[in-house]
Amino acid sequence: MDEQIYQRQSVPADPGRARTQFWEGFAKGLPIMIASAPFGLLFGALAVDNGFTVFQAVLMSAAIFGGASQMVGIELFGHNVPAWLIVFSIFAVNFRHVLYSAAVGRRIGHFKPLQSALSYFLLTDPQYAETEKRAESGKPVTFIWYLGVATPIYVMWVTEAWIGGLFGNLISDPHALGIDMLLPIYFLGLVMGFRKRDNWAAIVIASAVVSIIAYKTIGSPWHVSIGALAGILMAVIVAKPEKAKGQN
Amino acid sequence: MSSITWIIIAGAVLTFLTRIGGHLVLSRFERIHPRVEVALNAVPAAVLTTLVAPAAAEADWRGLIALAFAGLVALRFNALTMFLAGGAMIILLRQFS
Repeated sequence: MDEQIYQRQSVPADPGRARTQFWEGFAKGLPIMIASAPFGLLFGALAVDNGFTVFQAVLMSAAIFGGASQMVGIELFGHNVPAWLIVFSIFAVNFRHVLYSAAVGRRIGHFKPLQSALSYFLLTDPQYAETEKRAESGKPVTFIWYLGVATPIYVMWVTEAWIGGLFGNLISDPHALGIDMLLPIYFLGLVMGFRKRDNWAAIVIASAVVSIIAYKTIGSPWHVSIGALAGILMAVIVAKPEKAKGQN
Repeated sequence: MSSITWIIIAGAVLTFLTRIGGHLVLSRFERIHPRVEVALNAVPAAVLTTLVAPAAAEADWRGLIALAFAGLVALRFNALTMFLAGGAMIILLRQFS
């Protein structure tokens, strides 16, 4: 058979294992929660600085749940940019999720419709990375496991917007604290987590080179989508046809 | 409601569309070609790299050292250890050099 089934059938759920699976997911969510904490707090503080109420800061974290796009949104708001352009920028920064969404459908396609809708709402970069790794390890990707990962991340992300908004300018010098480098360091960790996959190095190099060129020429945030497409194109070009069949 | 609230709501709706959209498109096909499978398997490395590379290209030498150090730590330890080690490195370099 030449083609792969996009959505796999679910493994029959075993209710006795549901609790275990939730906590297995929770254990994966905790480190992500810790790593995202500085950004959650910084977002709350900067949002209030830029004219948001604490409620609006919390609403943005709760409704959008995407750190980079939230930062771009409040940054533009401070610069008197037209509203539609701010909304469009949030969309552009988050556009990479289309790729996660397409790829993760293979892992969570068996969720029920409402579970599925909630899961896609919660599909952040680290959530996506953990789901891919779980599927790769051969363990079942269940809804309860997925929620276990997302719960600590989401609850703390929203709480941090509130705390950051209330206590605001405690972070006096973000540069001295290396805040600008924490996100790249974190994402580098996620990239390294996939280094055993086929042609990883070729994909990373293509994606890195093209995203840097796009960043310097076309500009942010389009470097993300353009760089990503270059990496994917590289994977398709270098893949050996006979190997492609056997992959998960 | 203020314009901020409307911006937040519109941004949230569009963000949700990006998160479900790729799946909605692909789920129309029951089977996917092996080339598409290869492309989907490349998504994590291809997308996540673009969130690192331009920042590395723009970083000062302290940032580069912290990134390189974190990359080495990632070869042996889990993601949280790696993040804390890289974070500690950048803070130390920024404070003392």
